[in-house]
Amino acid sequence: MTSTESLIDRRQMAYIAAQASDARVNVELETEGMTLNIGPQHPATHGTLRIIARLDGEQVVWAEPSCGYMHRGYEKLTEVRTYPQVTALINRIDWLGSFANEVPFILAAEKLMEIEAPPRAQHIRTILFELSRIANVSLFLGDLGVQLGAVTPVFMAFRDREYVLNLIEAATGGRFHPNFDRIGGLKDDLPAGFVDETRVVMKKLRNFCDEIENLLFGNEIFQSRTRGIGVIPKDIALQYGLSGANLRASGVDWDLRRDQSLPMAWNKVDWKVWTHPDGDSFARCWIRLQEVRESTRIVDQLLDTIPSGPVMAKVPRIIKVPEGEAWVSTENPLGEMGYYVVSKGDLGPFRTKIRSASFNNISVVPWVMKGVYVPDIITILASLYFILGDIDR
Amino acid sequence: MNALLAADLPYWAQSLLRVLGGIVAVLLPAGTIVYVFLFKMMSFMQSRLGPMEAGPYGSLQLVAEVGKWLQKEDITPERADRFIFKIAPLVVLASTFLLVAVVPFGPDAWFTNFEAGVFYMLAVSSVSVLGILIAGWASANKYSLLGGLRAAGQLIAYELPMVLAVIGVIIQAGTMNLQQIVVAQNAGSIFGWDGLGNPYILTQFVGFIIFMIAVQAELTQTPFDMPIAESELVSGYMTEYSGFRFLTFFIAEFATAGVFALIASVLFLGGWGIPFAWFDWSTIDSVDDWMNVVGPLIMVTKMMLLAFIIMWVRFSYPRFREDQLQRFAWKALVPISLVNIMVTAILKVAF
Amino acid sequence: MSSDAPVAEIPGDTLRQRIVDDLRSHLGADLIDSVVKPGDDVWVRVSASAWRETARVLRHEMGFDYFCFLSAIDWMPSPFGKGEDDPTAPPPERDDTIRQGYAGGDTRLQMLARVTSSVLHVGLNIKCDVADADATVDSWIPVYAGANWHERETHEMFGIVFAGHPDLRNMYLPTDFEGHPLRKDFPLLARMVKPWPGIVDVEPLPGGDNDEEGDAE
Repeated sequence: MTSTESLIDRRQMAYIAAQASDARVNVELETEGMTLNIGPQHPATHGTLRIIARLDGEQVVWAEPSCGYMHRGYEKLTEVRTYPQVTALINRIDWLGSFANEVPFILAAEKLMEIEAPPRAQHIRTILFELSRIANVSLFLGDLGVQLGAVTPVFMAFRDREYVLNLIEAATGGRFHPNFDRIGGLKDDLPAGFVDETRVVMKKLRNFCDEIENLLFGNEIFQSRTRGIGVIPKDIALQYGLSGANLRASGVDWDLRRDQSLPMAWNKVDWKVWTHPDGDSFARCWIRLQEVRESTRIVDQLLDTIPSGPVMAKVPRIIKVPEGEAWVSTENPLGEMGYYVVSKGDLGPFRTKIRSASFNNISVVPWVMKGVYVPDIITILASLYFILGDIDR
Repeated sequence: MNALLAADLPYWAQSLLRVLGGIVAVLLPAGTIVYVFLFKMMSFMQSRLGPMEAGPYGSLQLVAEVGKWLQKEDITPERADRFIFKIAPLVVLASTFLLVAVVPFGPDAWFTNFEAGVFYMLAVSSVSVLGILIAGWASANKYSLLGGLRAAGQLIAYELPMVLAVIGVIIQAGTMNLQQIVVAQNAGSIFGWDGLGNPYILTQFVGFIIFMIAVQAELTQTPFDMPIAESELVSGYMTEYSGFRFLTFFIAEFATAGVFALIASVLFLGGWGIPFAWFDWSTIDSVDDWMNVVGPLIMVTKMMLLAFIIMWVRFSYPRFREDQLQRFAWKALVPISLVNIMVTAILKVAF
Repeated sequence: MSSDAPVAEIPGDTLRQRIVDDLRSHLGADLIDSVVKPGDDVWVRVSASAWRETARVLRHEMGFDYFCFLSAIDWMPSPFGKGEDDPTAPPPERDDTIRQGYAGGDTRLQMLARVTSSVLHVGLNIKCDVADADATVDSWIPVYAGANWHERETHEMFGIVFAGHPDLRNMYLPTDFEGHPLRKDFPLLARMVKPWPGIVDVEPLPGGDNDEEGDAE
């Protein structure tokens, strides 16, 4: 492997030389066309995202994200794993709302096997899905403050998110990586006392949303930092495949929970889809706040109507999914996450295409960051909301 | 100190005491503010406890922090401008010491007693801008340079509202001598009633608010902390500093906060004094000597009150963008403070 | 703002069939094959020369304005199996016939893209053959700007060149990476470097041997 080692050394030397030449400030002052490197280690980015921005003073001339620092090769890995192993693997794509990652894959496999999970399992899946959405987006709300300079809301976010994580842990055994969904249903039933505890926690989360609204969204500085910043018009949003709150903030009335019929329980409860016409950063943040509130209401209604029955359909011990192709996408906390599963009748998938929401969400960054100020880079990134595991898979 | 010490001690002893007093006057507010507000109050506001390990209730955390910073390696970036890099924190801290030299702590407990104390104070507070600028430049780091440039623009922009806000006080007191301003407030009366003295916060409340906003900006505290902007520039102009140099910046930041709070309490809250009418004092000379001991305590109380407000705002608000910041200073604060001066002058003549 | 608009219920699957017919009327012979799974999904396969034209028709004339994803499938069965072979034993016989999936195909590599209509809430999977010798297709960027990153990723993972792409460099992997990882003949390096240990002997759990149901292997 000596050639590889020298290759690595040469690359390292070239990289260091490039960085050093960038920092040659005391030799010549270039105020025009300064290239600023944000990341990959940076407090603002949710992980190792690197943005290379060319500045003219404080204005951005162009900005280009450079991903891949966290690429784990999931699509290749799924080709050598069995379906339950893939479920454990894909938990880690969007690690803040993990249960939501498993669901579209399991639904795709169930579609190919032509089985449906029993109603109780579908119901509980929906409850856990919405709980992971609440866990994910409440952290977004807290983190939003930190990106903009308000250091206090994030502590409230973490404190109140702990309650939700405790619930998920009580049901599934894992706070961050539940690995609870199985082809045909769920691994286990809900523990005793879960329903009452969840009701209490949903009330707390609603209080948290009110607190955040007062503390952050009502603040004039926050408004002036986010209104009109990073406007993404509707057709650009659709072209780039933005999804989730980013799309609804540009005025597109589209929510995959409502607009497609999946074997989940969303169509059994009464809830609203929130949209906003502006398409700026404030709209994206505001919609997520409303969605958390809406999620708490969905969970409350779901808790009232859990059907009884088994949580697992009759599936063979060793699962072989028949040959075919299936696509399922769901409205994940980050956006539209979908799995295109190609099966050849084996123990594991032949090819899985993981369509992750943040990949598309961040692909719009070069388009949107033209002529914004350096602080606005952070605001726009914060409002687009990505998780590195989702971008890099 | 002159009157206190003139008779008894030789000059070198007086100077030594003055130096020690200056160090205490700078470091004590810094330490108190850091512990009470930064460690404890901020933590309680964020529903956590803050440091609890070092000493009872984390009271020795400061000692631990100082020890930690001191034992770190002294790194100077390779391409940095060495001499300037090293003196930048000292420049910033020097301005704090220069500032505290004019603050009176009691009727005889002062370091210097300029006739143009306010003028000197406003001039000297700009020295820290120099320190921040050269820190940003000499670090040979784009983030630091950005932070330094932002700081230069912001600090210069907010000097003006600070100066203009203070002019209202000067007009009302009729003097630029800080000691006299304290006396004028405590010996004065509001429409004949001298139960409270005449703290200028009541008549100069517009000036007070503008002064506090300008102080918040001068200290580069949120919402004006673009130069530091932790989530973008990591630490702005302080990024490349570690060890003792960073400790100097850190102390300077909170010491300056304390000193500005002291100055604000002198200008607006009546300084070291309590209303003279309570003890039937008429002029500065008739004030009892025990005021020299109580005076500093009163100053510290008022300083803590104002520092509390500064820190409270710091933990609550998001930060302004640089252009919004400038717009706020030039288009909002300066005109309002000019109007304030006009109104003060008119009313001073009228009454 | 909120909305309670329900999804239009189309009986049978005339909606999807109509989409296929509409597309055929625009593309003619370039639409080679199609599969409609009623109530579920629809696949079409177009010729490689009409790849960009298909996108244009879908976006501008048929109202499929939402770009979901763009990728590729390598239909060759992996010569390494699951990477679990015993390295000391000779490699086992494996079936290496290339069998494409829905809507057929003639080549080993196939493009796979999906677009959705934000109004009708229905999606369409589009495939096209990629020649083995000269793996080039037209870029979709003039039609869907969001295809930029997807094409970069497909290029680095499969080695397909996109004609007309302004900046076809690697997305995830370093610039000087050799090979195209998602092709089946690129081995999973983790399994090559350290051979799969096979079923290891595990100690029985204390308190009896109750297996959990539902977990394969």
